[in-house]
Amino acid sequence: MASWRPDPSFYPSPRLAAKAPAEKLAYVAAFDPDRKTPDAVAVVDVDPASPTYSRIVGQVAMPNTGDELHHFGWNACSSCLCPNAPHPHMERRYLVVPGLRSSRLHIIDTKPDPRKPSIVRVIEPEEIAERAGYSRLHTIHCGPEGIYVNALGNAEGKEPGGIFLLDPVSFDVMGQWEMERGPQKLAYDFWWHLGHDTMITSEWGTPDTFENGLVPEILLGSKYGRRLHFWDLHTRKHQQEIDFGAEHQLVFELRPAHDPRKAYGFVGCVISLKDLSASIWTWYRDGSKWAVKKVIEIPAEPADPALLPPVLKGFGAVAPLVTDIDLSMDDRFLYVSCWGTGDMIQYDVSDPFKPVETGRVRIGGIVSRATHPGAKNGHLNGGPQMVEISRDGKRVYFTNSLYGAIDPQFYPEGIDGWMVKLDVGDQGGIRFDEKFFVDWPKGHRPHQVRLEGGDCSSDSYCYP
Amino acid sequence: MSPWLMLAGLGAFHGLNPAMGWLFAVALGLNRDSRRTMWLSLLPIALGHAVSVAVVVALVVALGTVIDQRLLQVIAGALLIGWAAWHALYGHRHRVRVGMQTGLAGLGLWSFLMATSHGAGLMLVPVLIPLCLAATPARELTAAGSLPISLAAIGLHMAAMLAVTATIATLVFEWFGVGFLRRGWINLDALWIAALAATGLSLLL
Repeated sequence: MASWRPDPSFYPSPRLAAKAPAEKLAYVAAFDPDRKTPDAVAVVDVDPASPTYSRIVGQVAMPNTGDELHHFGWNACSSCLCPNAPHPHMERRYLVVPGLRSSRLHIIDTKPDPRKPSIVRVIEPEEIAERAGYSRLHTIHCGPEGIYVNALGNAEGKEPGGIFLLDPVSFDVMGQWEMERGPQKLAYDFWWHLGHDTMITSEWGTPDTFENGLVPEILLGSKYGRRLHFWDLHTRKHQQEIDFGAEHQLVFELRPAHDPRKAYGFVGCVISLKDLSASIWTWYRDGSKWAVKKVIEIPAEPADPALLPPVLKGFGAVAPLVTDIDLSMDDRFLYVSCWGTGDMIQYDVSDPFKPVETGRVRIGGIVSRATHPGAKNGHLNGGPQMVEISRDGKRVYFTNSLYGAIDPQFYPEGIDGWMVKLDVGDQGGIRFDEKFFVDWPKGHRPHQVRLEGGDCSSDSYCYP
Repeated sequence: MSPWLMLAGLGAFHGLNPAMGWLFAVALGLNRDSRRTMWLSLLPIALGHAVSVAVVVALVVALGTVIDQRLLQVIAGALLIGWAAWHALYGHRHRVRVGMQTGLAGLGLWSFLMATSHGAGLMLVPVLIPLCLAATPARELTAAGSLPISLAAIGLHMAAMLAVTATIATLVFEWFGVGFLRRGWINLDALWIAALAATGLSLLL
């Protein structure tokens, strides 16, 4: 309901958001890869002063099985303060949680007790298919015209994937977002530059090419996504496409600068067909067009084929597999998850074209199986994956599962879920918080982390 | 209260609402790091608002010459209450057509759309009816007779709105900073809805 003052978790600018109090709870999507028990959103205590620190203190189970919870987001955030469509007297209260496989959308209320969230509405896939024409729901962002949800497939599970809008109050499906799609067919992630009226979308593939795992022929044929699309955020028309070239496959997470004046951002490319390297690209405004430049290349690591899963054996190397990245609120540090090698790398990206590595930790990894002081078992599997940064930039959380059907392709013995936390030095540098290791309960694997009150990939801002 | 004072007071009330433009001017000034942009933005914002009000004035005068004044009051009253209800239910849930890269023309259009969808002009009807139609007791005079008074009404309202818009925009831009929004932005939408409903009732009763 409407309140008298703006929600205290809304900040006009990233500069002010970075002064927000430390989060005490994290919400983590967890799924059952066997699709036998319901997936859940778990509540993890991240308050170091609490006796239950680093433990799961609550959870809400989905009403069905096989949803494959993946990414999720808030009903409202700091963009409600934007001057062109101001409506900040709402609450950041509901988590919008889609099933990537089921296409079902859950609305979860985090009040009155944030440790005991509850489901208040479930929108069935049929309704979404009928009203928006989409399925396989992925990213959620709160924005100027309501809640934006993107989908990897159309109603029939084929291309094009795209974006639709949810009403921010009733949660009714309002319909397809695009008004002129242009050449865009594949979808993966989306976000925007509110200060530059620009929507950006990236590409994975159609559901038939990933729901049973990555298909080697499609990957080696460079048929997965490799493009960025730029759109006018308000006319909803496609403006520009940038192709990364046949060598690059899987253009994933989009992290635009938080400062609305800056017209640049970072996107990760999972794999190069040339040498299995992963790369980070900066997109930027170049005159009246957008352009991209590869700014980081992370090489594959040679390894004993006997230690490699079948998919990598022939190459004799571990691919870094950069599957998530996240940018700190001050646009200074970029965190890069290398799910294959097990590295989490911190780069100083103050100059977005000249990143400098400032920190690196290793945990898990296809070959390294690096451990953590808090782990009982001395060789962890899975690797750094969904990463989230606290608003003040001092804490970084991440989990280790990528996607149910792809996990066993790279970790054939399966993945034992975990969630860890890094402490960040004032001038960069990262190290594990030895007291924070969530040994995820068997049967579920953790994926995206959202922090109470907002984090570095939940909110967007209209003021510098 | 003098109708002129009412018009000026409502202009000040409209100017106070961030949704009527001072916030947009501040945002554009900050994003473009330009005090000049902030000041320049105020003009299309005030003009867009004035045009929206002028449409209502023109309708009042036009209808006032052909239908009974009481009937006009009832129509306007019902419309205001409907507007309040619509705003309470759907207020911010609409297309956003103008973004942060807008030029001055886009800003003027934005201001016109915001003032119109908020029913800014409608809120003035109880003052406009006696003021603009006073010169037409026997409905003999043409609308031309109301023109100078109508223009003066629009001008005064716009001037008051602009003065308050400029004052708040300057204070926030120069001194308070946007952190002010977190504490100082009370729910003016709720007050606005109440004002629309109260104005509607005053016309009906």
